[in-house]
Amino acid sequence: MNVLNFVNAFFSDSAHWHGYDGIPQRLLEHVQYTLLALGIAAAIGLPVGLLTGHTGRGGNAVAFVATAARALPSFGLLVLIAVVVGIGLLPVMIPLVVLAIPPILVTTYEAVRSVDPAPVDAARGMGMHESSILFRVELPVALPLVLSGLRSAAVQVVSTATIAAYVSLGGIGRYIIDGLYQRNYEKVVGGATLVALLALVTLAAFWAVGRLAVSPGVRRR
Amino acid sequence: MDSVTKRYPDGTVAVDRLTLEIPDRSITVLVGPSGCGKTTTLRMINRMVEPTEGTITLDGADLQRQPVTALRRSMGYVIQNAGLFQHRTILDNIATVPRMIGWGKQKSRERARELMERVGLDASLAKRYPYQLSGGQQQRVGVARALAADPPVLLMDEPFSAVDPVVRKGLQDELLRIQDELGKTIVFVTHDIDEAIKLGTMVAVMRTGGRLAQYAPPAELLSDPADDFVEDFLGADRGIRRLSFFASEGLQLTTAPVVRVDATAEQLAAPDAPYLLVTDVEGRPLGWSEPRDLTAGDIAAERLLPYGRPFVPGTDSLRAALDCAVLSPTGWAVAVDGDGRVTGVASQQTIGEAIRTAHGAADGRTAGPGTDGDRPAGAAGIAKAAP
Repeated sequence: MNVLNFVNAFFSDSAHWHGYDGIPQRLLEHVQYTLLALGIAAAIGLPVGLLTGHTGRGGNAVAFVATAARALPSFGLLVLIAVVVGIGLLPVMIPLVVLAIPPILVTTYEAVRSVDPAPVDAARGMGMHESSILFRVELPVALPLVLSGLRSAAVQVVSTATIAAYVSLGGIGRYIIDGLYQRNYEKVVGGATLVALLALVTLAAFWAVGRLAVSPGVRRR
Repeated sequence: MDSVTKRYPDGTVAVDRLTLEIPDRSITVLVGPSGCGKTTTLRMINRMVEPTEGTITLDGADLQRQPVTALRRSMGYVIQNAGLFQHRTILDNIATVPRMIGWGKQKSRERARELMERVGLDASLAKRYPYQLSGGQQQRVGVARALAADPPVLLMDEPFSAVDPVVRKGLQDELLRIQDELGKTIVFVTHDIDEAIKLGTMVAVMRTGGRLAQYAPPAELLSDPADDFVEDFLGADRGIRRLSFFASEGLQLTTAPVVRVDATAEQLAAPDAPYLLVTDVEGRPLGWSEPRDLTAGDIAAERLLPYGRPFVPGTDSLRAALDCAVLSPTGWAVAVDGDGRVTGVASQQTIGEAIRTAHGAADGRTAGPGTDGDRPAGAAGIAKAAP
């Protein structure tokens, strides 16, 4: 039996399409974990990145935090926190947020830093407030890069959110972990395929957001 | 500006005890080599840079006591490379300040459209983005954006340095035309002395170390440079350039050697001149010829010597008149009226006399260098004509 047979068998089994262990339910859980983790990471990474990028201060601290966070293994963190606080959503969210912050923070910082200083000087010279300069002059121009940071964070979180199943939560990881335990490779391959598809859908979603949110003057098309 | 100094924490002095009175409703140019503090001086006016010592007052009010955003909104600001917002359309770029001070979308855009026309931008560009425009067009947008909220003061920091010479000349002419219509108080920074002389009503020459070398109208700068530094900075041909400030109006013209293409043999023989200027029946110049080469009733324009570029007395300066005479193969300059009809001709010698007369008149009127108090505004009586 090859991989395609596994995939075919997994998706054509009607039992996989209903109930609490059905694909729609697991997908929904997976998307919820991803959005929650990404939301928390963005709520921390975006403001800090925008502010440090605008003022140009704290660049070293940003780089340090990002490197340190990248060095933490998500799986190790999950087990460690699960042991400390017990099983639940928290041990899943912490590693995912830690994973998502560095790409968001560093890219946002770099994106704002690299905005042409001339329009910023012009805006300041015409009496624009600093907050307006950040949100109306720098951010629109930095937006493609900021979005790319969010996008890589999102894709990483989508694939890593499978670890939620390890601490008895749902998500697509359920298929992979249960399948491995049950030696049901059809389930393992099916779950992996779903994760890959979800990552592609995420990329497509960011492409669409970029088309809508980025000014044609910045896209140069 | 009263004894204004800008010293940076590392001890560098960018501007050193600068005292300058900038006249209302005219163009004051700050010029000097790089590192002379001219940009710092400009940026202290809208408080992008805060002076270390000294005070800057505008209409008697100390700038330091005014809220900084309100101050900046009352002054248009134009920088090199324009600094346009690339995510906004041309129209929205120009409408920035009106929107900021709460004019409303409709009114701001109407105003922006009006300004596009004023700075010579085609209305079809309104919906374009900055990257779709040439450097010169972008700079026009920069000027329009600065003028949008109708500020009484305009600060321009090397606005035309990044465009090619032909476009730069167009922008300079446009600025002079706009200034004629609007009468703003403009402070203009440049490193180009020709630009300073062309645009400035008053020119402040600054030297490295942030010191003022000379503050005078351009004609006075050319006639009486304060020291070797200013003279060096003006360049070798300041005598020729000074002629730009003398009107060609009083130039003695003669119509004696001018003949029409359908002149009779007697008319051709009458003038006692080495060369005759032949015009068409409407009086427009065709070319020069020696009298013996002309036959009545058979004058072919293509056999005539070219007459070079004519000048317009009253509009053009003595520099233009001299240029015409130098370029003319006969050494005579052709004067025409606004419709291109010949009003007379002048020899190099006549122009030379006019130059000496003009020099005498100017030196008699302007006070010598080193005198304090009010500088003669535009060296009274000397018309500033386009070179």
